[in-house]
Amino acid sequence: MSIDLSQFHQVFFEESYEGLDVMESALLNLQPDTVDSETINEIFRAAHSIKGGSGTFGFNDVAEFTHVIETLLDEIRGGTRNITSEIVDLFLQSVDCIRKLIQQHDAGEPCEIPEATELKKIFEGILSGNVPASERATASEPAASEPEGSSSTHGWKIYFKPELDILRTGNDPLRMFRELESLGPLRITADVSKIPLIGSIDPEACYMAWELELDAGVSRSAVDEVFEWVVDESDLRIEPLGSAAVLEPEHEEKVSDTANNEQGMDKEKEAIPSPSVSVTPSPNQEVATKPKKEASKVEVSSIRVGIDKVDDLINMVGELVITQSMLGELGLDFTMESLPRLLEGIEQLSQNTRELQESVMRIRMLPISFTFSRFPRLVHDLSRTMNKKIELKLTGEQTELDKTVMEKIGDPLVHLVRNSLDHGIEMPEDRIKAGKPETGTITLNAFHQSGNIVIQIIDDGAGLNKAKILEKAVEKGLVSENDDLSDDQIHDLIFKPGFSTADQVSDISGRGVGMDVVRRNINELNGSVEVESTEGQGSIFTIRLPLTLAILDGQLIRVGEHVYILPLISIVESIQSFQGMLHRVVGGCDLLRLRDEYVPIIKLSSIFNIKSTAQDMDDGLLVVVEGDNMKVALLIDDLEAQQQVVIKSLEENYKRVDGVSGATILGNGTVSLILDIPGLIKLAGVQRYEYKVVNNDDDCAA
Amino acid sequence: MARILAVDDSASMRQMVSFTLKGAGHDVIEASDGKEALDKAKGTQVDLVLSDVNMPVMDGLTLVKELRTLPNYKFTPILMLTTESTGDKKMEGKQAGATGWLVKPFNPDQLLATIKKVLG
Repeated sequence: MSIDLSQFHQVFFEESYEGLDVMESALLNLQPDTVDSETINEIFRAAHSIKGGSGTFGFNDVAEFTHVIETLLDEIRGGTRNITSEIVDLFLQSVDCIRKLIQQHDAGEPCEIPEATELKKIFEGILSGNVPASERATASEPAASEPEGSSSTHGWKIYFKPELDILRTGNDPLRMFRELESLGPLRITADVSKIPLIGSIDPEACYMAWELELDAGVSRSAVDEVFEWVVDESDLRIEPLGSAAVLEPEHEEKVSDTANNEQGMDKEKEAIPSPSVSVTPSPNQEVATKPKKEASKVEVSSIRVGIDKVDDLINMVGELVITQSMLGELGLDFTMESLPRLLEGIEQLSQNTRELQESVMRIRMLPISFTFSRFPRLVHDLSRTMNKKIELKLTGEQTELDKTVMEKIGDPLVHLVRNSLDHGIEMPEDRIKAGKPETGTITLNAFHQSGNIVIQIIDDGAGLNKAKILEKAVEKGLVSENDDLSDDQIHDLIFKPGFSTADQVSDISGRGVGMDVVRRNINELNGSVEVESTEGQGSIFTIRLPLTLAILDGQLIRVGEHVYILPLISIVESIQSFQGMLHRVVGGCDLLRLRDEYVPIIKLSSIFNIKSTAQDMDDGLLVVVEGDNMKVALLIDDLEAQQQVVIKSLEENYKRVDGVSGATILGNGTVSLILDIPGLIKLAGVQRYEYKVVNNDDDCAA
Repeated sequence: MARILAVDDSASMRQMVSFTLKGAGHDVIEASDGKEALDKAKGTQVDLVLSDVNMPVMDGLTLVKELRTLPNYKFTPILMLTTESTGDKKMEGKQAGATGWLVKPFNPDQLLATIKKVLG
C-alpha cells in the first residue's frame, strides 16, 4: 500500500512555520547562563516536532539539520551545557535556516543553503567537545547492526523466558509466536514448570517460558525484530538450528503447543521472504525519493479559525433557519391580523442577519500578535547590529483585527519600528549622558477605540529634532523659512515625500523614501498615522485603522435630495437647535460653540455644490463628527436611518473623489457615498489646530 | 477492524497516521496531547494506542502511566512513536508501561507492518 505523502506537506509546512515562530520567541525570552527548563522544553519540543515531521515526509536536509540542534538543546535541557548568548544567536540563525529550507521545499525548489551546512558544522563542532554516547545515535536503530553472517542457517532455535510483567506492558507472547510463524514453520514447546500453585498465582503475571524452533532460513535480524520490544527484560537466547542448541531434544514433544498445529505447516511458507517489518528507516525509502515538485504551486490563502467562532456561526445559522420557517408558516395563511407577528419575524430576521454577519466578520479577525510576533527578533537583531540596548514591550497583543488589514499593516509597522530603533533610541553612552536608563524601550501597543484599532509605537529615545526637521524641510523646499508652523505641523513634515534627516543613510531604516510611503500605505487602508514627540523624551507614532475593510456602521444623512453615509463611529453628537451657539467668523468658517469648545462648521451643501432644502442655517441640523483628531460640525438637512453598509470601492468603479471614502448601495437600489471626515476637513480648508484649545471665549469668537 | 487512538501534537503526523490507518480499514480516534487522549480513552475502549512522546500539556510517558491505571487499559497495546532511538529512552517507555515503539521517521508501510505486530 503506498500513500502519497505529499498531501500532508502543506499541513507540515504550516505547523513547522508555527513551530519556528515558537522557537524564535522562546529563544528571545531565554536569559543567557540560566536554564529556564519550561522555555527550553518548549524550544526542544518545537525542534523535535519539525525533525520528526521532516524525516517522515522526506525532507532529510531539514531533519538532519534539526537533529544537531535538537541534540544541543537536549544537552542544555539536561543541564550538561550552559546557554550563552552566542548559542542563543546560533539557534536564532538556525531557526532562520530551517525556515529557509522549509520555504524552499514549500515552493518546490531544490534546496541549496550554504549557511545551513556551515551552521551545522559549527553545531557539530560545539557538540564534539563532549559527545555523550547517546548523542551519536541518529534516527537509525543500532541494535540491528549485529553481524548477520549466519544467514546461511536453515533455522533458529529460540529460548524465550519473558519477565513476569510482560503482559502488563500490553505485550503478548502468543502474538510474537504468530509473527514468527509468518516467517516459517514453527515448533513450540512450553515450559510450564514455573507456574506456582493456584493459591499464590498472580493472574496477570506470565510464569511461562518457551522453546521455539523456526524452520526458516531468515536472517537473525528478522527474528530479533519479533522480540525487539521485550529483549531487554526477557531471558532470550537465539541460536542457529543444528548448533549446540540441539542439546535438549527430549524437551521437544513434552508439552506441545497445539495452537501452532492448527495453522498447518506449509513447507511453501519457507519460500516467503521476510515481510518488511523493519522499523529502521532505510535512506532510500520511497519517501525520500518522492518527487517534491508534485506540490502544486497554487497559492491558497487560508485562515485558521478557533472552533468557538465556527460554533457561533453554526448557532446563528440555526437561528436563521428557525426564523425562516416561522416566516414561511406565517405566509401560508396570512391575514392582516398576523401583521404584528410578521413584523416581529422580520425584526428577528434582521437581528439574525446582523449576528450572522458579526460572526462571519469575526472569522476574519485575528489577534494582532500574529504581526507583533515578528518584532522581538527584529529588535534583537537590529539592536545588536547597532550596538544599542533596547527592550521591546508588547501590549494588547490579543487585540483583533481583520486579516487583510493585518497583512497590509505589517510592512509599515516594520518600517516605523526600524525607524524608532535607528533614529529614536540613542546610543547607550548618549542615553547615560542624558540621564536616561542605558536600555531604551520601544513599546508596541494595540487597542480598540470606538470601532478602530489603534496601534502605537512608543519609544523613549531622543524624540524628533524640530530644528533639524525644519532646516531639512526648508532645504528640500517643502516649506518656506517664513512659515509659522506649530510643533505638530513640523513633526508632520517627516511624512512628506522625499524627506530624510538621518545624518547618514543607514541600511537599518529607509533612505528617505520611508515615512511618506508608510503614511500612504496606511491611508490606503482608510487609516491614519500621526506622530507626537517631545525632544529628549521620545516619540509616539499612532496608527488608526478600521477594524475591517468590508463593512461599516453607517448613519444615513440627507442634504437636499442626496443621501450620504457618515461612519457611525465618527459621530460625536447631533444638535438640532443651535441658535445662540453659532459664532460667525469673518473670513473664516462659522463656529459652533459646544460647551467649552469651538467647533468649525462645514456646510456639506456648499462643499458638494448641491442644493440644500434648508433655506437658512438654523433650519438644518448639525452633526458633530471627529476625524483626524479634530472635531467639526457638519450642516445637513436631516438624519435618516442607521444601518450597516457594505463598502464598495469608488476608485475601482469610478475614480478617487476627495472627501469620499467609498460608496454603497442602499436598500432602494440607489448609490450612496460614504463620507470621509478627514478628507472633508481638508476639502473645507479648516485649519487644523486653530480652534483646539480655547480658554478665553472672546479671543476666538471674534 | 481495530479501533486505534492516535496521539500526536503535530497535525501533519496525526493526519498521516490517521489517513494510513483509515486506509487500512481501521477506526481512528485522534488526540493532540496526552490529556486529550486520556479523556478520549476513558470514554471508550480502543484496541491500540499510538502515542508521540514529546507533547505539550501531558507527555506520552505520563499518558501511558495514566492509561495503565485504568482497568480496561491494563493490557491494551500502547506503541510510542518516538524519534528517540537510544536504549535509555526506550527503557523509560517500557517502564511506564508501553508495549513497544516505532522510531520516527517512519513511512505508512512501516506503520502498518508495526501495528500488524500487535494487532495480529
